[in-house]
This record gives sequence, structure tokens and C-alpha cells, in this order.
Amino acid sequence: MPADFISSLFVFILAAFLGLELIKRVSPLLHTPLMSLTNALDAIVVVAAIIIAGRHETKVSTILGLIAVVASFSNMVGGFLITDRMLHMFKSTKAKKS
Amino acid sequence: MSPAALQQLIDFSYIAAVIGFILALKWLSSPVSAMRGVLIGEIASGVAVAATLFDPQVVHYKWIIVALIIGAGVGIPLGLVKMTAVPQRTALSHAFGAMSAALIGVAEYYVGTPHLSKFEMAEIGLEVIIGSLTFTGSIIAAGKLQEILPQRPITYKGQNFVSLSVLATAITLMLILIFHPGYTHLFSAMVVVALLFGVMLVTPIGGADMPTVISLLNSYAGFSAALLGFVLDSKVLVVAGALDGASGFILSVIMCKAMNRSFTNVLFGAFGQVQTTAAKGTEERAVRSATAEEAAAILAAANKVIVVPGYGMAVAQAQHKVRELFDSLTKRGVDVKFAIHPVAGRMPGHMNVLLAEADIPYDKMVEMDEINGEFPQTDVALVIGANDVTNPAARNDASSPIYGMPILDVDKARTVMVIKRSMATGFAGIDNPLYYLDRTLMLFGDAKGFVGNIVRELSSGA
Repeated sequence: MPADFISSLFVFILAAFLGLELIKRVSPLLHTPLMSLTNALDAIVVVAAIIIAGRHETKVSTILGLIAVVASFSNMVGGFLITDRMLHMFKSTKAKKS
Repeated sequence: MSPAALQQLIDFSYIAAVIGFILALKWLSSPVSAMRGVLIGEIASGVAVAATLFDPQVVHYKWIIVALIIGAGVGIPLGLVKMTAVPQRTALSHAFGAMSAALIGVAEYYVGTPHLSKFEMAEIGLEVIIGSLTFTGSIIAAGKLQEILPQRPITYKGQNFVSLSVLATAITLMLILIFHPGYTHLFSAMVVVALLFGVMLVTPIGGADMPTVISLLNSYAGFSAALLGFVLDSKVLVVAGALDGASGFILSVIMCKAMNRSFTNVLFGAFGQVQTTAAKGTEERAVRSATAEEAAAILAAANKVIVVPGYGMAVAQAQHKVRELFDSLTKRGVDVKFAIHPVAGRMPGHMNVLLAEADIPYDKMVEMDEINGEFPQTDVALVIGANDVTNPAARNDASSPIYGMPILDVDKARTVMVIKRSMATGFAGIDNPLYYLDRTLMLFGDAKGFVGNIVRELSSGA
């Protein structure tokens, strides 16, 4: 097994367990913004898409990479935007009165 | 700057991004710090994207900039949809995310073939299969949520056998490719079969199960990104994918528990079929109904009211009238709370967002487990557009298809009021014994109109 696979697996296991612990603590109030936020964070795939498209190795890989840039960057922009909008709506009784 | 120093700088920016991602999720634990969480997430992602543009591997900029602009152009309208449309928007973004991951995997295959090692081929194959099936599965889910596709489960005899054979075909093709990575036509076939499997995975699942399905697809989309991280040896993708996958997984478990279903049951059981037969044997029974005037009088005399909203409330666009009712009762000194069942909306947490949009304070929204103990001391439980989540048959009728599903114990309140269009059965097609209780008053009418009438009665009576 390649060494980079093993190190990725270490990172994956740690991140997955950390994720489980963090997400368990997210208030159920915010489960919808949680999903849109993790979606936006997951859109970091765009960095891989930029490299695939930018390396310009073959025509096919460049075109596929560019489509992936569009799709993942739209997720990033849209995901943060809607999460932000939703969180702005959550107000407590105190905040409402003041 | 030397290329080595530049590469290090890029790597450090990815490490910073990972820290940002973790803090973003940590701060989402409460609505107070959540805004800060989004901000750090935005900064982290921005830093990572900016650093990548300086990567020496990137030699062609023009089209990338164009693609980023188009991406922003697509993303902004998708970030501005109505709150009722958030579930289908989310499904669509799972589709986009999974598609990106799959496309990058496909590009890696075409660049590397036929010199891919067995290990690389296995990683790419698995990643592309999961990405592809999540892509089409999410598109179908979005179509169902948008009501372009029928919400009822579409089933036929031997469906599970056919679907699993299709999945087995995709995996077999992948196994052949591991030994013969140069067979590009087999790779294309594998992608097509995986896309087909995604369609077959979601079409048999009914609308009522959408909160679970959308969470599962969330999890798959995350894991496909993590797998892509393995393929590209990109730790930032592994971390982001693992966090997203873990989040989707936890939400799926919560949704399954809330409906008393197992994963396999959601994926392989056609829920709708059993229920249509179960709904048939019910005879006509007497119910008590009341007018808006009577309802207003009872509410005005109450000390404690719990509102139980369901998705029907959002369909009727009644949430703003419900807020007026909340204001009017609160002004009279009535303690008003909202009981939120985990599957009250169409995705996890959806009902909270719909109520927050109507300006209802979040500290009045209480989860099922916390509020169930309060119903016996409650004067009025007002059910608006919710049905199955209030059905006492889930607690005491072992023959009911929803038996065992955790419900809101509205039948324990002193008076129960149910706003409903007619006596027609709910989404799952099951009769609700709650409606025939002596303490239950049926308020027949459109939710928005009826709540509006109650508010008017309350203000004229004051």
C-alpha cells in the first residue's frame, strides 16, 4: 500500500471522528444551516478542480476540470450565502425586544 | 519566491483552511456563535482558493477565471432561494458537489491511463462510482422535492434485485479495470451504470422519507470528496470530505431514529405501499369541530399553549399568521412554545428555519424530547399542518405502520386543536385517532385563513 494512502487514511480517521464529535454538539435548531455550511466547506473540491483545469494536460481533463470549477464554486458561493441568510433569521426573545 | 517556498506557503494556507473548517463547525453549536462560524468558513475557503491560484501547476488562467465567474453567477441565485425551497436547493448542491468530485476522478483517469497502478485505479473507480450515483440520486431527490417528479414511491416487483444487480455490475466493471486500466470503454460503461444506479436508488423512496435521503446523500457527497482527496493525495479534501460525510451520517441517524426506521428500511423498503392498505379499513367516526371564534376564546383563556407546526403550515404559507397569533397570545401573557418534531419539515431542521424566517424567536422552539414532558400541563396544543408526527397510534397500536415512531404527545394536552383542510389522511395515508378524542376540536379550513381569523377574533375581543 502506498505511503500517501496510509497518511491520508490517518487524516481521514481523525477528521471523521472529530467531525462526529463536533456535529453531535450542533443544536438541532441549526441542522439546516449545518447541512448548507458543510456543503459549502465540501466545495473546497474547487481547489482540485482548479489544478486539474490549470495543468492543461489534455483537452478532456481541462474541460472536465473547468465544469468541476463551475459546479463546486457555485456550491461554495451559494452555500455560504444561504447559510448566512438563514442564520441572520435566528433571533432570541431578548434580541427581538431590544 | 522559489517554487519550493511557494509550495510550502500553499500547503500552510490549506492547513489554515482546515483549522477554519473545524472552528466553523464548532461555532455552529449555538445560534449565538454561528455567524462567526460562517465567517471563518468563508475566510478559510477564500484563502485556500486564492492560494491555489498561485500553484505553479496552474499554467492556464483565463478559463479558470471565467469558470469561477460563471460558478459565482450560478451560486448566487441558488443562495437566494425561498426558505421553503431550501431542501431542493440542498439536494441540488449535493448533486453539484458529487458531480465535481466524479468529474475530477474521470479527468484523473484519462490523464493517468493506462499507466495507473492497481491501487490508484481502485481509488479512482470507487470515487467515481460513489460520486456518480450521488449525482443522479441527488438530482432525483431534488426533482421530487421540487415536485417535478412524483412524490409517491415508484416501485415494481423485484426492484431490489434489479437495483442491486446494477450496483454489482458497476463494481464488477471496476474490478476488471483494476487489472486492465487501459480499457477506457469499460470505464465509460462503469460511469453510466453508476449514474443509472443513483436513479434507481432514489426513485423508489417516498416524499415522507426525504429528510433521511437528503442526509444520506449529504454523507455520500462528503465521502466522495474525501475519496477524491485520497486519489489526489490532498489532505484538505480528505478533511473537508470527512467532516461533511460525518455530518450527513449523524443527520441520517437522527432522521432514521425520528421515524423509527433503519437505513436498510429507508433504502430498500417501499413505505407507501403498506400504508395505503392500512388506511382502508377505517370507518366514519364522529369528530367535534369548532369555529375561529370558539378557538380564540379557548386560546385567550389558556395559560400555556404549545403550537405543533408541520410542513402543511409552510405549504399554506401560514407561518406569518402564526407569528401574529404568537404575538397576540404572548401580549395577553399566555406562554406560547413551538414543538418541533425532527421530521417536521422536509430536511433536518427545516421547520426551525421556516419559523425563524417568520420572526419567531428560536428560544421558543423546543425539540421533541424536551417538550413531550410539558404536554400534560398544557392547556391547548394547537396542531397546524402536522399529522403523522402527532398520531398516538405510533405509541399504542402495534398494527399501525408507524408503530414505534417517536411522536409529540399532543393527546396529553387538556385541549387539542387541529387545523386541517378536511378529514383526508396525511402524507403517509394513515388515519389519526387523535382527531376522534373527546378533548380534540377540529378546526376545518385553510391554515393561513383560519389562523388569521383566530388572530382577528383575539384582537376584537381584547
